[in-house]
Amino acid sequence: MSTIASLDALRAKREEILARQKARANKVLINVSLATCSIAAGGKVALEAMQDEVAVNGLTNVDFMQSGCMTFCFAEPTVEITLPGKEPVVFGGVDEAKARELVTEYVMNGEPVEGIIPVTYQRVIL
Amino acid sequence: MAATTQIKQLRIATRNCGFIDPESLDDYIALRGYEALAKVLTMTPAEVVEVIKTSGLRGRGGGGFPTGVKWGIALSNKADQKYMVCNADEGDPGAFMDRAVLEGDPHSVVEAMAIGGYAIGATLGAVYIRAEYPLAIKRLRLAIDDARAMGLLGKNIFGSGFDFDIEIKYGAGAFVCGEETALIRSMEGHRGEPVSKPPFPAQSGYWNKPTIVNNVETFANIPAIILKGADWFSSIGTATSKGTKVFALAGKIVNVGLVEVPMGTPLREVIFDIGGGCPDGKEFKAVQTGGPSGGALAHKDLDVAIDYESLIARKSMMGSGGMVVMDEDDCMVSVAKFFLDFTMDETCGKCTPCRIGSKRLYEILDKITKGHGTHADLARLKSLCEAIKDTALCGLGQTMPNPILSTMDTFAGEYEAHVTQKKCPAHVCTAMLTYTIDAAKCTGCTLCTKVCPVDCITGTKKQPHVIDASKCIKCGACYDKCKFDSVIKL
Repeated sequence: MSTIASLDALRAKREEILARQKARANKVLINVSLATCSIAAGGKVALEAMQDEVAVNGLTNVDFMQSGCMTFCFAEPTVEITLPGKEPVVFGGVDEAKARELVTEYVMNGEPVEGIIPVTYQRVIL
Repeated sequence: MAATTQIKQLRIATRNCGFIDPESLDDYIALRGYEALAKVLTMTPAEVVEVIKTSGLRGRGGGGFPTGVKWGIALSNKADQKYMVCNADEGDPGAFMDRAVLEGDPHSVVEAMAIGGYAIGATLGAVYIRAEYPLAIKRLRLAIDDARAMGLLGKNIFGSGFDFDIEIKYGAGAFVCGEETALIRSMEGHRGEPVSKPPFPAQSGYWNKPTIVNNVETFANIPAIILKGADWFSSIGTATSKGTKVFALAGKIVNVGLVEVPMGTPLREVIFDIGGGCPDGKEFKAVQTGGPSGGALAHKDLDVAIDYESLIARKSMMGSGGMVVMDEDDCMVSVAKFFLDFTMDETCGKCTPCRIGSKRLYEILDKITKGHGTHADLARLKSLCEAIKDTALCGLGQTMPNPILSTMDTFAGEYEAHVTQKKCPAHVCTAMLTYTIDAAKCTGCTLCTKVCPVDCITGTKKQPHVIDASKCIKCGACYDKCKFDSVIKL
């Protein structure tokens, strides 16, 4: 791995990463909150259930990622799902059954599923 | 929860938490990660310090000292080695902001430490983190290793000639080690005990070299300030407190969680609009800010615009950002006792006012909650609090009386009831509590007799029952079980 030795190199690296992220934009992105507390609340169970459901249904257009705290302790485990071309939606209270339902209903059919957490913040993007 | 759809929060310190993979350097770089570091390396250290000064950023760990001023002191102190330290010894009960940042966006802290290192002339950094945060440690370590592998830490960063590296120091969960001089002592391998200031760590700290200790959240703001400018940051907040503050909402609140709001946001908006108020329709009673060093704010304080000064003016403090909400079922004397129990355990014992004072304060509170308090005790409590505030060595001792002083001030009537009428208005202090059965409501269903562990409830089926107060252990099992609200607390 080569090091990033200048600001130009950092910017080039960033462009490369953004291009790679853009290439994935036609896929579903499932982002599971896995901070200490999210894991304690069952975040990993939700992740594994969704991975299993994706495999069972033979879906190939779904990417998974982990993130840290989504700040919604009251609704853990929380999962953010971004369907291609749509705004990300955060779902709360994702137990195993809800996790599977999110895949079969929301991901596969775009059907709304209960437990949506509204966006109550403005986020600074650098 | 309809009100929560309004946009009240502004996320600067937690801008990436929940949005990026904290174990991916690429995810951070995609959001202009490490560009702030590259930018400051084209500036002089004095210029960087000036930007932070102009931004108005103040320490988010509790004290609220202006970060730029602190950095400026370390910059002006010449030394062959200086240190940049991150205080991640988060220890207030109910506070978890720093863990969230470290677990959700560790690179922002790593980058900011390097920026600070350049600004003060330090080539070494250390994160003092409690060992009880294993996942935060794991992700932080990975971030440091990844940054080093890419040349973003180490020698000659961005070809600028600036060297900076970070090591991790583990704390053993001693609350006092969040105090910067105790933290430094602990890093050096000594007992975690504070020393008197001056000299300040910025003059003589870790291994007697100029050392800056900043909190995790303080650091997390820095890359944003560098890239978006000091004027942008200082345009947010109040006259004296700029930017945002992350709070951990806990206790009797519907939307338990992390919130980040601009300084100056009214407390009411945080508790009700964002937090959703108290669960089960209970009445809001108070909120403890500043953890064991802060005070309780009540109804009368709901419209206060939260900033460092407004909280101090109300005998509380910003602290690191814990907000523990209490409802009508909470006894404020017991709350004060809870926090004193904590500080009594956590005092390092070095100075007498804190070591012995905390014990005496706790004993008086305990006496009051057991129904043996007198007016003389209240007077003694207050004067002892004042004495400890004036004489304790470090911040822990000096702020330890705050939960008592603020509750005695705001909830004077509750203390009075404990002492004069020997009653706990919230029915929490069991020593002053009597369970009885309202004969008019009792249907004689006998459920209570089945759950009573000491068989002190008697009565015939379908006839009102009676509790024998001399045998009752006040466990509350009958109260919880009764479907007709016929068991009452007096």
